[in-house]
Amino acid sequence: MPVIKLEDLSKSYGSVEVLHSINLEMQDAEFTVLVGPSGCGKSTTLRMIAGLESVTGGEIFIGDKPVSHLEPKERDLAMVFQDYALYPHMNVAKNMSFALRLAKRPKKEIQQKVTDVAEMLGLTDYLHRKPAELSGGQRQRVAMGRALTRDSATFLFDEPLSNLDAKLRTQMRAELAMMRQRVHKNMIYVTHDQIEAMTLADRIVVMNAGHIQQQGTPEELFKQPKNKFVAGFLGTPPMNFINVSMIRESDRLFLRGSGFELRCDNHTTDRLRNSRSADILMGIRPCDLNYAPDATADHSIDINVVISEYIGAQSVLIGDCGGQEVMVELKSDTPIALGERLRFSINQQDLHFFNLNDDEAIS
Amino acid sequence: MTSVGSFIMNKATANRFTPYIFLLPAAVIMVLALLYPLGYMIYGSFRDWDPSQSLTESTFVGLKNYITLWNDPNFRESTLVTLKFAISVVTFEMIIGVGLALLLDRNLRGMSVLRTLFILPMMIAPVVVGLIWRYMYHPTLGVFNRGLKSVGLESVDWLGQHALLSVIIADIWQWTPFIFILALAALQSLPRSALEAARIDGATGWQQIIHIKLPLMMPVLIVTCLLRLIDAFKVLEVILVMTEGGPGLSTEIMALRISRTATEFRELGVAAAMSNYLLIMLLMLTVLMLVYNRYMEYRASRAMLAARGA
Repeated sequence: MPVIKLEDLSKSYGSVEVLHSINLEMQDAEFTVLVGPSGCGKSTTLRMIAGLESVTGGEIFIGDKPVSHLEPKERDLAMVFQDYALYPHMNVAKNMSFALRLAKRPKKEIQQKVTDVAEMLGLTDYLHRKPAELSGGQRQRVAMGRALTRDSATFLFDEPLSNLDAKLRTQMRAELAMMRQRVHKNMIYVTHDQIEAMTLADRIVVMNAGHIQQQGTPEELFKQPKNKFVAGFLGTPPMNFINVSMIRESDRLFLRGSGFELRCDNHTTDRLRNSRSADILMGIRPCDLNYAPDATADHSIDINVVISEYIGAQSVLIGDCGGQEVMVELKSDTPIALGERLRFSINQQDLHFFNLNDDEAIS
Repeated sequence: MTSVGSFIMNKATANRFTPYIFLLPAAVIMVLALLYPLGYMIYGSFRDWDPSQSLTESTFVGLKNYITLWNDPNFRESTLVTLKFAISVVTFEMIIGVGLALLLDRNLRGMSVLRTLFILPMMIAPVVVGLIWRYMYHPTLGVFNRGLKSVGLESVDWLGQHALLSVIIADIWQWTPFIFILALAALQSLPRSALEAARIDGATGWQQIIHIKLPLMMPVLIVTCLLRLIDAFKVLEVILVMTEGGPGLSTEIMALRISRTATEFRELGVAAAMSNYLLIMLLMLTVLMLVYNRYMEYRASRAMLAARGA
């Protein structure tokens, strides 16, 4: 499968630039997920790769071939749309075989392909139904089947699961992950759902406001977010951000926030050596705060619990730490009461630090 | 006393009739304006009826008017002309109208102005359209023949030798816009993403039209076609002004023949019978349209049920 490369890709509508010089390289048979809030340019990027949207600047390479001037059909790709985009007047078999029939492939081959793919997706019993006679999940599967039947080198997915209800979405996500194991193709997947991104991707590309914020494996992005946006975007509940100032007292470094003062260990001191300013942003994920009533003050923070959201085995506490909202994830059977002031200990390697002025991570 | 009592007892029943009381005025108007003349016409068609007589003075002749007409070569000729006219104008209007819509279904600058210009012919009064075209077809003064002459070609006897063709052209000019705007509306309501999917699947412009756009527009196109067909069967003014049915019977469409039978030949009964023949033809078309609509609804509801069951 060819490597897909975006070089300084940009897109403007009139005088408004919505994509700013995107550089991206997608490896052979890699599952790349473009993720970001709505309006970040992820769908536009995908549609430009597909050839449905014109390119304002830069170039798209598939293999070594520049393709930005080519029609979609000359790019050897298949696409699954958010609203499925099935042909309403054709039955499932006709929908799936449309591309092959246009390409005038032999009837036998078409028949074989459709049967195989239908088998794989569990659509065999529905081949003669029209899209209107199918449920949402089945339509989604037909859309997937239409892409698979094509046998193209690259698969594009434009938020394929967002029109499904929550339960079906989880199920289809698992099916997608399974299909991914069997089909070794380039896949580019656009979503605003960070869970889809984390579970499916070989590589996540986080986008915001027409820029790539960070790219890497799900683990890299989760553990070492490059800036505040990425840190806050990936992970549920999202990372807490607390303003702190660095204070040096008899060659030990302390992080002082409102209501707490953490004593930095050597490693943390080392990490913060390069900070330009004494006032920084400290990030900590809700799951990294450990309920510890007996912890010493210089290794913990105190939180006033305001709301508790019960979600089964886990509960999410929303509390207040010196005027800033802090979320904590903890086991539901932990004996706590609302309005109480609770102490949570912190493991310093779980902390993330960001500059206040440009939101970049300090490392 | 008992009647008042039962009236009060039946208040609930009375309430149920309230909607019909409100419907009554409309029903009365409908009976007066539609059913009464229609009944009058049907009744008259069975009588030998001169305009100087009142309908009651006329004599009952049974099916004589219908049978006379059935065997009248002139009436048959007129029916044939009507069929030729209606079928050819609707065919050409559909092809040109849908073709234009397919061409102009894009975001051109000034598209809204263009669209308004396109539908102008439809907004002109038919009599005026007839007059305009009559002058344009004039053997010596008309713009067509002067144009032909200025490039050194023979002039054409538009409203003489080619009268039917000439009125067909005028009708196409006037009514293509009707098809055009409906086809354009149908096109613009097509699902965009299905067309994008077709592009990715490798469909060329033509293939998109043939495999996706036309099949999806078909329900609208069929209804449009039938509406236009019904209208074309009833056309009168334009032809009346342009040719008065001539020369000979070459452009004497049914509506024209009906009006002449009534006024010139003073045979109201025959004219009424003729109107009924036309009405029957139009009814058949209308029923066809209704059946088609019902069929589509039935299919849609079956599809819904199947989806819910799945």
